[in-house]
Amino acid sequence: MGGSFLLQLLINGLIVGALYGVVAMSFVLIYKASQVVNFAQGEFLLVGAWVCWWFLTEWQLPFAVGFVFTLVFMTLFGIILQAVVLRPLIGEPVISVIMATIGLGIFFQALMKWIFGVFAKPFPAVFGAERVSVLGLEVQSAYLLSLGISLAIMAGFGWFFRYSRHGLAMRATAFDQQVAQSLGISVPRVFAMAWAISAAVSAVAGVTVGMVNGVSAALSVYGIKVFPAVILGGLDSVVGAVLGGLIVGVLENLAQYVDSEWLNIGNMYQVAPFYALLVILLIKPYGLFGTKNIERI
Amino acid sequence: MLDAAQQPASSPAAAVAPPLLEVANVEVVYNDVILVLRGLSLAVPQGKIVALLGANGAGKSTTLKAISGLLKTEEGEVTRGEVRFAGERIDGIDPHEIVRRGIFQVMEGRRIISDMTCLENLRLGAFTRRDAEVRRDIEMVYEFFPRLKERTGLAGYLSGGEQQMLAIGRALMARPRLILMDEPSMGLSPLLVKEVFSIVRRINAELGVTILLVEQNARMALSVADYGYVMEGGKVVLDGTAADLASNEDVKEFYLGGHGTDRRSFRGLKSYKRRKRWL
Repeated sequence: MGGSFLLQLLINGLIVGALYGVVAMSFVLIYKASQVVNFAQGEFLLVGAWVCWWFLTEWQLPFAVGFVFTLVFMTLFGIILQAVVLRPLIGEPVISVIMATIGLGIFFQALMKWIFGVFAKPFPAVFGAERVSVLGLEVQSAYLLSLGISLAIMAGFGWFFRYSRHGLAMRATAFDQQVAQSLGISVPRVFAMAWAISAAVSAVAGVTVGMVNGVSAALSVYGIKVFPAVILGGLDSVVGAVLGGLIVGVLENLAQYVDSEWLNIGNMYQVAPFYALLVILLIKPYGLFGTKNIERI
Repeated sequence: MLDAAQQPASSPAAAVAPPLLEVANVEVVYNDVILVLRGLSLAVPQGKIVALLGANGAGKSTTLKAISGLLKTEEGEVTRGEVRFAGERIDGIDPHEIVRRGIFQVMEGRRIISDMTCLENLRLGAFTRRDAEVRRDIEMVYEFFPRLKERTGLAGYLSGGEQQMLAIGRALMARPRLILMDEPSMGLSPLLVKEVFSIVRRINAELGVTILLVEQNARMALSVADYGYVMEGGKVVLDGTAADLASNEDVKEFYLGGHGTDRRSFRGLKSYKRRKRWL
């Protein structure tokens, strides 16, 4: 059983890792554009998942419609959050901004519990078949969908930053805000856009996880898992975020395998990514893909 | 660019048509306390090249930033006077809004985006545009600067001269009516300086773009400019046609280097300067 169990875990790792990668990308997006370390990233998933759940169960909307409504809601959510909470903090010390995002995280965590209760609630079934078999392996269909969505989002990010006007503008803003302004780019608008995209993309991840595990406060754990992924990849690299996410996902599942076969400690899979993080920071302090600035002297 | 034709050809300073850019009695304060410009006035007529000369710290770059609005990004503020572009007041407007009105500043030190390719830098120059001619304009920039076309790597690895060309090309992509150039010759070899300035002149002549040029290399600047201003201590102390300025004894003394054979000793030069301050 060992071999196929390992393979199953690896595939799970890649699927979950792709989701981590997506969340990590949306984290990096905010960090790159507005230099804010967003400790409330996990709560974006949570809010998105609950809002979608609410559209689907309370309003009885079909999945596609409810999902689109959720994205619209989260886009506005991101813009408003940025405008109300973070814009006044521009130019303030980093620590104040971090405090603010931690506060936002706690606030939304509590708000969601207050509105929707503390117990996990299952998503209405979206697919006919719970599981499908791929290459002789059982995979939850929601997981397959999540993998598809993750890949689509990654491709979307790649296109956005390389070819779209606004993606280039975002990179320019990340590089130098004064230069961006001299090119006719409105920096506040870029910030708002980064937060909007980040919130919407996180919500997609939140809904996907919610479909598999049900919606509960546990979703915001993804916000913490993002840190090993992001730091591993280098805080300001989108590609690094994706790879970091995949590595963390696979690592978790490998740790679980090692744990269940030999160690029997129990929670190894939750700790392993952070051990790996420590080691990587010792060897490569800027992460695998952290920027090395080009300096001409 | 059409109204250039309506302007009287005889004298650019004639008050018949208002100049494209008019800076009137502008006072600029940084951080609420540091007074940098003290009542600066100048005019840039449509279709001309105007040079702004002066020693380090005279306030030349600040003048450009007061026009482009970039002052705002450095805690600076126009506290008195006004800046008018095409008849409308533009002081106090956000810099990205000013770019949309047709003023583009090529900042000192080129400031290209080094982790993007040449092409991406050029496309960013056209950020404010949505028309379909961006592609054609990229070809136009490549015609002005053929060597940029061959460079496919990151802009950060370009040579200094190529970076300056890219910075100018990026400005052209925005199709501005007025380009503000801050020290385009900085750090370039004499040969490259010549090349850059001949392109500045071509841009002015072929595209009809008005240019306000800040330069340390006064000789070069006056050789391409139609009109010039000399700044000191945050004010204009002298102005005139480029030819007049180039033959003005004081300008020669201060900015074009010792002339002729009667070289003074350094000490003599300094005391001369002290006596002949314009303020």
